Amino acid sequence: MTVESTAARTPRRSAGSKAGTTGTKRTTRTKKDAGTEPQLVQLLTPEGKRVKNAEYDKYVAGVTPEELRGLYRDMVLTRRFDAEATSLQRQGELGLWASLLGQEAAQIGSGRALRDDDYVFPTYREHGVAWCRGVDPTNLLGMFRGVNNGGWDPNGNNFQLYTIVIGSQTLHATGYAMGIAKDGADSAVIAYFGDGASSQGDVAESFTFSAVYNAPVVFFCQNNQWAISEPTEKQSRVPIYQRAQGFGFPGVRVDGNDVLGCLAVTRWALERARSGEGPTLVEAFTYRMGAHTTSDDPTRYRGDEERQAWEAKDPILRLRRYLEASNHADEGFFAELEAESEALGKRVREAVRAMPDPDHFAIFENVYADGHALVDEERAQFAAYQASFADEGGN
Amino acid sequence: MADKMALAKAINESLRRALDSDPKVLIMGEDVGKLGGVFRVTDGLQKDFGESRVIDTPLAESGIVGTAIGLALRGYRPVVEIQFDGFVFPAYDQIVTQLAKMHARSLGKVKLPVVVRIPYGGGIGAVEHHSESPEALFAHVAGLKIVSPSNASDAYWMMQQAIQSDDPVIFFEPKRRYWDKGEVNTEAIPGPLHRAQVVREGADLTLAAYGPMVKLCQEVADAAAEEGRNLEVLDLRSVSPIDFDSIQASVEKTRRLVVVHEAPVFFGSGAEIAARITERCFYHLEAPVLRVGGYHAPYPPARLEEEYLPNLDRVLDAVDRSLAY
Repeated sequence: MTVESTAARTPRRSAGSKAGTTGTKRTTRTKKDAGTEPQLVQLLTPEGKRVKNAEYDKYVAGVTPEELRGLYRDMVLTRRFDAEATSLQRQGELGLWASLLGQEAAQIGSGRALRDDDYVFPTYREHGVAWCRGVDPTNLLGMFRGVNNGGWDPNGNNFQLYTIVIGSQTLHATGYAMGIAKDGADSAVIAYFGDGASSQGDVAESFTFSAVYNAPVVFFCQNNQWAISEPTEKQSRVPIYQRAQGFGFPGVRVDGNDVLGCLAVTRWALERARSGEGPTLVEAFTYRMGAHTTSDDPTRYRGDEERQAWEAKDPILRLRRYLEASNHADEGFFAELEAESEALGKRVREAVRAMPDPDHFAIFENVYADGHALVDEERAQFAAYQASFADEGGN
Repeated sequence: MADKMALAKAINESLRRALDSDPKVLIMGEDVGKLGGVFRVTDGLQKDFGESRVIDTPLAESGIVGTAIGLALRGYRPVVEIQFDGFVFPAYDQIVTQLAKMHARSLGKVKLPVVVRIPYGGGIGAVEHHSESPEALFAHVAGLKIVSPSNASDAYWMMQQAIQSDDPVIFFEPKRRYWDKGEVNTEAIPGPLHRAQVVREGADLTLAAYGPMVKLCQEVADAAAEEGRNLEVLDLRSVSPIDFDSIQASVEKTRRLVVVHEAPVFFGSGAEIAARITERCFYHLEAPVLRVGGYHAPYPPARLEEEYLPNLDRVLDAVDRSLAY
């Protein structure tokens, strides 16, 4: 795959979508992009049919039935965890939750393409990728409960902390990838971001830096169609994957609800990174089935028909159909998974409820690695203030 | 080994020593490679250490700091150059939101030993955005350390210490003093990075400054001495943390304090020093803490900068006002 192949894809997709007219009507665009456009890499249709793809089939040729069941399990458990977190927010146990509902295939497909020595730079919605990296789901909830701002060791699973100011992490990913190249290692980096973040200057700068230094990084954009209330048309006049071309590296759009497609395309992009071919942009075309976060009300800006259309393309449903039709999974597998899923929900629920509030002095912890006189002074003042209540027999 | 060298050369030698002694140290920035930086601070480093370690970057300050964060996560110790003070703001988000907070957010798991070098301050007749003093905008942010040397020896040693620090350090270089020469003993044992130094002992009033204003304060002390006034001059060296203990010790002796910086007085570091020294030395002070600095106006065109910047007469005027209380 070369830069030219992006150009080769361009005429195919530009049919009927001249620059300047692309996506001016959201409803038309949504209908048009209903997962069947020729430029969209898709290996598994919404009906669960495996379709041939000359370019990408080889990247999933060796996927065994057991691995397929594994991908299915990952998606089901991720969705179950996500639903539990939403419930916990509704119960007042979490302050906020950013649901990944609908984006399971994009995250599991890309996440399972990674090696242990690769490094992930997520936004705040990559719960499925975190799952693939082995980050305990309960660790993700600390920041949403308000007991910390990131409860895991990024180097423990090569999974950076969540990034809330969108787009910033793409530069960190690029720098990390530049470091890999300097070290002469063949690891790769994957940077997650969304359609909204694609407008950030940092994302453009990360494209520039990674291209100039040929950094081994995969930019994985989950275009879930909505940046809170703004449709992708408010972010870009061209399909997001086409932006790569202007920076001199390939971009490809994959059906983000097709876990096999996402796995294949990410493997291809990682292989490019490892073999010194530099960055790649993957646009996973998917849909945010839920609200932006538990604080959001999508009925103010989008209709139900759109959601229903995407429900028919559900990432889990289509893999289940495929597993059943190909006899790769039996009833026992689905029943066991259901039980495992409920157990996960219970474990997460109990862990969150048992999560203690941080010690008051945590405010002053880790502000600096080598200490700071002012922090020490203010900590002492705070301690004296706290102690003044104890003297009066208070708390 | 004590050599006399210009402040810019001292930084150059310090960077060279760091590159030489630690393979993880990198230099990044616009024009820092072949050109050696617009002030030649990185002169010759790319030639000797290669393009992989002395990196000419695209013209994108957020990208420079953002990728430096990524490199630090990978185990590198990047020293990045922002070409001029007024160019740092595209990187402000990466510095404030990411660089400053990563250690705390990760509960201490992640350290970001990144040095951001910024030539700052006026007095060189430059066009706009080339003469600003934004140190207070960074000092307000927990997680950053901010230092500014006033002389060649400090420039050499403070850079060594900044690079060795596991915290991000914003290193403000007094560009109008780049060509001032001073003794640099490269075998000395330096004092703590964030400790202030009394550069002239006195009994009647303390002048506190850092970076480019230290030299001015020494000239003020000379002029005041001719009038029989014995001023103490304190080189703060560090703006975050500020060595309040040393200021307090000095003020308890002299009972008067004037803080001088090029940055605007309003919400400047002098305001913080005045407030804290008032708290610490309330019963020692014979006069309110006075401040001399820039005005609450955009940095003016070069032909007006002499009126805008603190100079000998403006500082002497503040000294007179303090002593008149």
